[in-house]
Amino acid sequence: MSVTDPERRLAAADGSTAAEPTGAEPTGAAPGRRRPDLARLMDSGVGRNLGLVAVLAVLCVIGVATADTFATTANLLIIMTSASIIGVLTVGVTMVIIGGGIDLSVGKVMALASVWSTTVATQSYGPVVMVICALAVGAGAGLVNGVLIAYGRIVPFIVTLAMLISAQGLAEQISGKRSQIVTDPGIAAIASTRWLGIPLLVYLFALVVALGWVLLNRTTFGRRTFAIGGNPEAARLAGLDVRRHTVLLYVVSGLCCGIAAVMITSLTTTGSSTHGTLYELDAIAAVIIGGTLLSGGRGTLIGSILGVLVFTTITNLFVLNNLASEVQNIAKGAIIVAAVLFQSRAQRTTP
Amino acid sequence: MTRASSAEPLLRMRGIVKEFPGVRALDGVDLDVAAGEVHCLLGQNGAGKSTLIKVLAGAHKPDAGELEWDGARVSFGSPHAADRAGIATIHQELDLVPGLSVAENVVLGHEPARLGFTRPVGAEHIARALLRRLGHPEIPPRREVGRLPAAGQQVVSLARALSRDARLIVMDEPSAVLDSEEVDNLFRVVRELTRSGVAVVYISHRLEEIRRIGDRVTVLKDGRTVARNLPARDTPTAEVIRLMTGRAVEYALPPRGPAPTGEVVLEVSGLGRRGEFADVSFTVRAGEIVGLAGLVGSGRSEILETVYGGRRASAGSVRVRGAALRPGSVPAAVRAGLGLCPEERKSQALLLDEPVYRNVSLPVLSRFGRGGFMAADAEHASVRAATAELDVRPADPSRPVRTLSGGNQQKVVLARWLLTGCSVLLLDEPTRGVDVGARGEIYALIRRLAAQGVAVVLVSSDVPEVLGLADRVLVLRDGRVVHRAPGGELDEARVLDLVMEGSRDERD
Repeated sequence: MSVTDPERRLAAADGSTAAEPTGAEPTGAAPGRRRPDLARLMDSGVGRNLGLVAVLAVLCVIGVATADTFATTANLLIIMTSASIIGVLTVGVTMVIIGGGIDLSVGKVMALASVWSTTVATQSYGPVVMVICALAVGAGAGLVNGVLIAYGRIVPFIVTLAMLISAQGLAEQISGKRSQIVTDPGIAAIASTRWLGIPLLVYLFALVVALGWVLLNRTTFGRRTFAIGGNPEAARLAGLDVRRHTVLLYVVSGLCCGIAAVMITSLTTTGSSTHGTLYELDAIAAVIIGGTLLSGGRGTLIGSILGVLVFTTITNLFVLNNLASEVQNIAKGAIIVAAVLFQSRAQRTTP
Repeated sequence: MTRASSAEPLLRMRGIVKEFPGVRALDGVDLDVAAGEVHCLLGQNGAGKSTLIKVLAGAHKPDAGELEWDGARVSFGSPHAADRAGIATIHQELDLVPGLSVAENVVLGHEPARLGFTRPVGAEHIARALLRRLGHPEIPPRREVGRLPAAGQQVVSLARALSRDARLIVMDEPSAVLDSEEVDNLFRVVRELTRSGVAVVYISHRLEEIRRIGDRVTVLKDGRTVARNLPARDTPTAEVIRLMTGRAVEYALPPRGPAPTGEVVLEVSGLGRRGEFADVSFTVRAGEIVGLAGLVGSGRSEILETVYGGRRASAGSVRVRGAALRPGSVPAAVRAGLGLCPEERKSQALLLDEPVYRNVSLPVLSRFGRGGFMAADAEHASVRAATAELDVRPADPSRPVRTLSGGNQQKVVLARWLLTGCSVLLLDEPTRGVDVGARGEIYALIRRLAAQGVAVVLVSSDVPEVLGLADRVLVLRDGRVVHRAPGGELDEARVLDLVMEGSRDERD
């Protein structure tokens, strides 16, 4: 405390000589040191995100130049809607990766939740139970993942890979490999409802991102996630319950799968074991180009979401220009490599 | 002795100096090694033995000094160059590949090959011949190295050194992982090697081993050679210990107060962990500093971690103010008021890329949580108070911990436990990697915390540090408490005698 006061006063004195009335300046920001500040900015999450925003802007320019329909409201809503489902999955995957893990199972856990919540039996209880069922199946799969990883001490890659395979199998068994049509108008209404011209799905996506951001950046849960991902041994010896927290992280990811399952069920009005194939790879790719360290401890949710938007916009550009999806995948791969190269360079130049 | 003095020196090092930022690790070291002798290198932790070996093996380039090898001046630019010249090092952590076979390890990097295809049969022949030469024909060349016992792995390391025609083999505490029968075997192998003209530089803390195997002894202290070519068998223990002790740099140790008489806070009784330590009992009063002295491998760090719940005890109990701690639970220990500053600060205590304040508040996050949400202002204010009290520099808590010096990083870890208001502080090597100036501050800090009523347990390789700070000292050897005394009643030579010489009783 004794140090705080003189420093505050110093900062205030600086402010008054520069004739700036704002007293809420952070004490660390010293004026007249542009270059280090810029370097610091580029190294911070905000800086990396600015890079992604620039990429997104370039993609939009290309879009406007090559396709007349790109800049229409209808098209932008298509981009947002198709980003929303992978986006929700990405929120969970980002948290797991920052916490030092990996979740390969999200796509098929989502499929399983969509199938389980649309069986004839479940549908007979009405839309509320269907939603609860989807969330419970997602969270339950996450719980199994988490317990096996934290208490069974199996590598996350293996556990979630096994979950991916068995969730696929279970979804096929329950559905008999048939698409289950949703008869309830309430569920279908989730995707068709619009507020102020924007689909409800996009609001849901925004809500999940906002909740995820708050959880990661403003709560003790988020702080522990960064600590455990950054140095699990230090976190353990500082008295954190690393195993319980790990379980919670996978449950959160599973819950995101449940939410995404409701969204995709509503959008397609079917529950199907074919939903979400390879979505986990798209989500992980988005997390990586969003600047999150695959080894954990560092990353931003906003970066991941920008990553999702970049990928969805690319897809959209290719569709609008009638280009083959093969080329599209090559472009996505190149973008992942370019983003990681750029990030590692940026990190090396700013020690 | 006679063997050694008659031979031309194979290796001659003169005035070797090696500096690292802020510390002069070697400050004029001389070393002569003759072909066919076992030359023992003695010195306390931090005397410069490891650095010297690394210079010899080409891993470090000396800043000054001469190196003569086989009569010619040389300088090894890389480990590969030293390897080619015929110098092999067998490290404490054996650098074998556990998943490969014995034969594959022996020829690793020099695989016999024809047209790019390896010849496993050729490798097995080489390995079998070398193992026979080393007196261990029973080791199957096809066995996976990871499945051999420690002693067998050591023999494989030796075979690997020989496969490269090593003429000088450096062995860094080879006996640390061996039982007495295995040590006998190792010595037989070493004698066999020296008979065929190979020179061995042997590093050990166990004087009794040096008597058995060594020819001559060189003693290092604070990066200098203080005695050269002493006869290994005839130099009295007292003389060796006198040479190793006594310190060029005297640290400012705060004066000792009267013996603390506060209530007993920490009570450890009969604590044990299979294969690590057994039957450790001690109590610590409020305001008291209890020191644990012992060599690396004596179980010091393991005991601290077990008390803290970081390892699960297989026997015994830990009580804090009379209440038994749940074994194997760090969160329970932290709630009960324990705090640990671990041995490896960077890998065990800190989030290096995160700012200071996030490192300090880690154990007490829930205190700053308001329904799970972080109360950032309260957190910053508390952290600032703690770091200011410990004078962490620079004072800006938003700096990444990585940018701080070793001493200030240690203060960050201490600030963490100051913030929890812990009543028992467990310190493992609190001044490792800390420069001399910051050491004094950390000593004063430990004393001040004790004066405020914290019960402190201190582990350190630095014997004067333990003796100077602790009110009571427990001397450990091979996972057991072998001696206890008030800190003021022991001196460095006595402690070294207890931890080194004493091992003879059990081995012979």
